[in-house]
Amino acid sequence: MSANLSATFYLISGILFILALRGLSSPETSRQGNYFGIAGMAIAIIVTFLSVGNFGSGFIYVLIFLVIGGSIGAFIAFKIPMTAMPELVAGFHSLVGLAAVFVAISAFLNPEAFNLGSIGNIKLASLIEMSLGAAIGAITFSGSIIAFLKLRGIMSGAPITFKGQHFINLFIGLTIIFLIYYLCRTQSSNIFWTIVAISFLVGVLLIIPIGGADMPVVISMLNSYSGWAAAGIGFTLENTALIITGALVGSSGAILSYIMCKGMNRSFFNVILGGWGATDQASSTLSKEQKPTKSGNADDAAFLMKNASSVIIVPGYGMAVAQAQHALREMVDALKKNGVKVSYAIHPVAGRMPGHMNVLLAEANVPYDEVFELEEINNDFANCDVAYVIGANDVTNPVAKSDPQSPIYGMPVLDVEKSKSVLFVKRSLSPGYAGIDNDLFYRDNTLMLFADAKKMTEEIVKSL
Amino acid sequence: MEIDPFIFRISIFILSIFVGYYVVWSVTPSLHTPLMSVTNAISSVIIVGAIVAALASNSEKIFETPSIFGFLAIILAAVNIFGGFLVTQRMLQMYKKKKK
Repeated sequence: MSANLSATFYLISGILFILALRGLSSPETSRQGNYFGIAGMAIAIIVTFLSVGNFGSGFIYVLIFLVIGGSIGAFIAFKIPMTAMPELVAGFHSLVGLAAVFVAISAFLNPEAFNLGSIGNIKLASLIEMSLGAAIGAITFSGSIIAFLKLRGIMSGAPITFKGQHFINLFIGLTIIFLIYYLCRTQSSNIFWTIVAISFLVGVLLIIPIGGADMPVVISMLNSYSGWAAAGIGFTLENTALIITGALVGSSGAILSYIMCKGMNRSFFNVILGGWGATDQASSTLSKEQKPTKSGNADDAAFLMKNASSVIIVPGYGMAVAQAQHALREMVDALKKNGVKVSYAIHPVAGRMPGHMNVLLAEANVPYDEVFELEEINNDFANCDVAYVIGANDVTNPVAKSDPQSPIYGMPVLDVEKSKSVLFVKRSLSPGYAGIDNDLFYRDNTLMLFADAKKMTEEIVKSL
Repeated sequence: MEIDPFIFRISIFILSIFVGYYVVWSVTPSLHTPLMSVTNAISSVIIVGAIVAALASNSEKIFETPSIFGFLAIILAAVNIFGGFLVTQRMLQMYKKKKK
């Protein structure tokens, strides 16, 4: 296959990838979009086979490895529970990162295969591109592994900080840039390996200071990195499909990080430098003493909701942990039978990744037109009878609007306290991830339901 | 003077960032998780590089160091491609309208 023809096909698969993302603008077109994506990928792979034109025994091995990887991927995709999506995405990011590193390594070791010159005499631009691709890929890999371990709970979600951390990161970052410059002058393979090794270390150092509640930003950021790594390799291989995709994924991840940061009213650097909550813990424990709360049981909750005309459900990460989404749907069905109007309110940073709650509700067959974003629904709390807060905490804290001293001051929150009564399902009065006390617990119109989210919801269903 | 092909590639790159910017802002927030999994799947188009690397050597010496890295990258990317698209498909199947 001629180079021009294959370049044209790569362009087509790039366009199909754009259409795949475009499809996600509405749930109706999203499935079709995914097929565009699959078609784009199939075209890219087939064209590559045809343009390499080597159908010897190597080709058989490529197919075998493709099938092995593909079946592992398919197996994971069918087995994974929806609550584990954040870990899965973090894990997948690490694979893209590592694949980028491997491709960069083989391009460095065998530049002739990619038309990049010969060993010890690789084109300057290619050398910069492949070392950048390898460095970003390595950071994506080790960073995603740390994110995966934190999300999975294998590693504590608490931020790990030490003195001079930011200084060390900056120093290592500058070292990498210097080494790339040095690599271009000497073409030494030792320096290339050093760059890769140091970049793995940077990924670890970059993610360990970031706490569990900031994971939505971390995942989006790593998503963005995996895109830039792919783009770097795309430049090395002079491949349009890879360049287009890298740019798309890179900007997609960057936009998601921005949306998540805005959802917490924090700057991107504030999140990346880490340690929210680590310093504020002391002040919050003081105010926690002896404030009266009202607590109730499932029957009280059922009574309140049955006699309400409208109920808004506010799900959060706790719902995911307790796997309460199906029980919740049953509860809503029972309420609807009683003529209660029910809608769902989702905060942008609820859960551990962008859109996490929406997927869980969709899994429980909640129609997506009953689920609303913060801006769409926030004014409705004033006219609603009952707000049912299940597993959310910080995103409902009215302190964010009233107390300039609070670390979450200015963060957009759901105006839950404006509804006539608030049912707050929580295991204890402990503060949320931001480490601050929720003022909502002590309001007159709040009824605390101290229980596991799933059990409580199931009991409410029974007494309805 | 002829234009360096690199300039063309960087043009494609920058224009794609703009396309990505506008396309991603129009993605509905409720589909942000599928967006992440599908971007994950498409970034595995890096497999084209892996295939070139794996098929570079002669048929007598299939498993030389550079091509071994290529084969490893093929496995990783293939996990992502199949896993990413299938899990996206699985999620999107769940987004349904109110049936009545």
